[in-house]
Amino acid sequence: MLSSAAMAAEEQFFPLIDYRVGPYGSNGQAFYGGFIDYLNYVNLKEKGVNGVQMTYEECETEYNNAKGVECYERLKSKAAKSAGPLHTMSTGISYALIDKSAQDKLPLAMMGYGRTDAVDGSVFPYAFPLVTTYQMQASAIVKFIKDKNGGNLAGKKIVYLYHDSAYGKEAIIALEAEASLNKFTLVQIPVAHPGNEQGAQWLKIRQEKPDFVIFWGWGVMNQTALKAAQKVAFPRDKMIGSWWTGSEEDVVPAGDAAKGYMAATWNVSGKQVPVIADIENVVYGAGKGNLQDKTKIGTILYNRGVSAAVLSVEAIRKGQEKYGKGKALTGEQTRWALENLNITDARLKALGATDLLPEIKTSCDNHEGSGKVKIQQWDGAKWVPVSGWIEGNKALIHPLFQASAKQYAKEKGITPRDCSKEK
Amino acid sequence: MLYREAGQFKTTYAADQQLFPIRQDRIGVITLLLVAFLGVPLFASEYWFSAILIPFLIFALAALGLNVLTGYAGQLSLGSAAFMAVGAYAAYNFQLRIEGIPILVSFALAGLTAAGVGILFGLPSLRIKGFYLAVATLAAQFFIVWCLTKFPWLSNNSSSGVISTQKLIIFGHELTTPVEKYLLVLSIVVVMALAAKNMVRSSTGRAWMAVRDMDVAASVIGIKLMPTKLLAFAVSSFYCGVAGALYAFCYLGSVEPDGFSLEMSFKILFMIIIGGVGSIMGSFLGAAFILLLPIFLDVALPFLAGLFGLPFSSATVSHIQITVFGALIMFFLIVEPHGLARLWQIAKEKLRLWPFPH
Repeated sequence: MLSSAAMAAEEQFFPLIDYRVGPYGSNGQAFYGGFIDYLNYVNLKEKGVNGVQMTYEECETEYNNAKGVECYERLKSKAAKSAGPLHTMSTGISYALIDKSAQDKLPLAMMGYGRTDAVDGSVFPYAFPLVTTYQMQASAIVKFIKDKNGGNLAGKKIVYLYHDSAYGKEAIIALEAEASLNKFTLVQIPVAHPGNEQGAQWLKIRQEKPDFVIFWGWGVMNQTALKAAQKVAFPRDKMIGSWWTGSEEDVVPAGDAAKGYMAATWNVSGKQVPVIADIENVVYGAGKGNLQDKTKIGTILYNRGVSAAVLSVEAIRKGQEKYGKGKALTGEQTRWALENLNITDARLKALGATDLLPEIKTSCDNHEGSGKVKIQQWDGAKWVPVSGWIEGNKALIHPLFQASAKQYAKEKGITPRDCSKEK
Repeated sequence: MLYREAGQFKTTYAADQQLFPIRQDRIGVITLLLVAFLGVPLFASEYWFSAILIPFLIFALAALGLNVLTGYAGQLSLGSAAFMAVGAYAAYNFQLRIEGIPILVSFALAGLTAAGVGILFGLPSLRIKGFYLAVATLAAQFFIVWCLTKFPWLSNNSSSGVISTQKLIIFGHELTTPVEKYLLVLSIVVVMALAAKNMVRSSTGRAWMAVRDMDVAASVIGIKLMPTKLLAFAVSSFYCGVAGALYAFCYLGSVEPDGFSLEMSFKILFMIIIGGVGSIMGSFLGAAFILLLPIFLDVALPFLAGLFGLPFSSATVSHIQITVFGALIMFFLIVEPHGLARLWQIAKEKLRLWPFPH
């Protein structure tokens, strides 16, 4: 047994629970296209991580929770031997997998979405809401607005216009905390799914005359909101969206109405990022590119897929340092690596991935690792970053996560790990 | 030859009234149950339990619930998923708010809560019929999902509206493995399916069928329409409610209101149309068809593609799967509009004569 395993080339398996068809298919195509392209890039460019080839298998979920669970069960047995982090790109599927993945010892990455109180790794050892969460992002947006207003928001009015679902509601708790801290008025306006009719909501916004609109949209709701804002003549440059509202897919259909609109992001778009240009050369040059529509290369979501893959591969690298170079990692080992990531700006620069990710340093009690976003603005043709990395108010937000995680632990009868004993 | 009831004489009332009067049926059902309870746990893998068998049984139960209402009592409903949502959230809240309540009791209470809500939304059925009633139940679908989103108390003030179900503890033993969950779901589904089978041949069931066939005639022969129709709504919602509780506790482990969408209601409706309207067995066949066929195609298509050397991406497989699935539904509805259960019935009739058909 041992000898045959040693003889075969080591392979690091990535179970990809993805979506390329269905209502959000175009988002998934760009994201997972970028993800797979980067895995192939690592294989082609440096023959894998210390000789370990990156492999993957896709399973289509169509953004449907039940299908996601089916896919997870299907890929689980293949991931028993070696597994990279799971990226589902769906809050609903992540929620459904949180318990299962912890039981099966497979790490679940939820970059910028998901069960956000999993930031508290003592209760959620296997779940990683990496880079940023909805709450930290909302807090960072408030900070950005505050800076724009000369550091004071007292007496201002901010409307929170959100998709009436788990996703939209996550940020409310953070905004309420910010409102009481910074003494601004928060007006919450929900939009029912799918949000292709927002006349009433924007009428209300016109009556309220807010100073800013923080916008948590999804899918078709985004372009509708931009067009509606134009109709009631609400200035688009006073509208700041979450990262799900800030891709080309969201603004291009709104045409002229999107100009000046801002959104949070944790990666820049474009091919000027060295690693993106290099992927196009190396992977597409070798005819191994994953995208059928090559124009998606360099879009926000493609670059985000690459950023997710960079992070995953860096975790594999980190894990190999501990568990043996040239060996594939099991899910349990990848979990350790994700909890001990330390990706510095210097490392990002060496990877050619500057601005694809903020610096990340995770630990047992901080599975988020960064909490930083950039604000970008749509100039009518492309997204332009208008800020540096902004960190949300950690001292305000992280205790909220801990409280929520504690309640979860109590409901589920989980005894939290002692983070001071983790190495 | 094999399936012939000749020579089976019933000499007692009990023998005449039993659930499966034909000996071969009894043997068949007992074998099936033995296989399901003993054989399957020995051979099936974890994937089979968590991704195929558990959802199949849960949806079969929901389809059974809808079949009671639509197939037997003739009241069209588009709110099955919403009643499942009521069951799921009710079971969660009973577990949460009543200290030490046994899980099975909270499932039963969840069913009763759903039944109550079902009666409420069944009230319009006393005045309106057919498609109009379908629209009224559509209101249930939207109202319940809205309600669960609107009132945070129902999801224990979870910031996202998503609930994460509690542990499954029965008689001090915690069910964690998929096999245990499967056996729990199977036991509940078997008991409820046999109860439904018994109910539809009782006076209640006969009253439902009379109402379905012509409600004016039914009321003329002395069947009270209001209790009969509302009972059908109650029983149907009870089944859906329990199915919803199982869906949350034994299958997904965490649910959000948006998950119980209109699409899911349609899926359950398609199950009974494909499986057979007005047939207990049809609910199971329909659930198997609607749930398992896409998974089968998902697995088989890349394999076939590999055989012929076609470069299929996972997106292409998904597209082909949807197309083939749709084509198969049309094929079955054209060949046998009464559903798969009718095919089985025809097979049984043929078997009676086999091997000497005349």
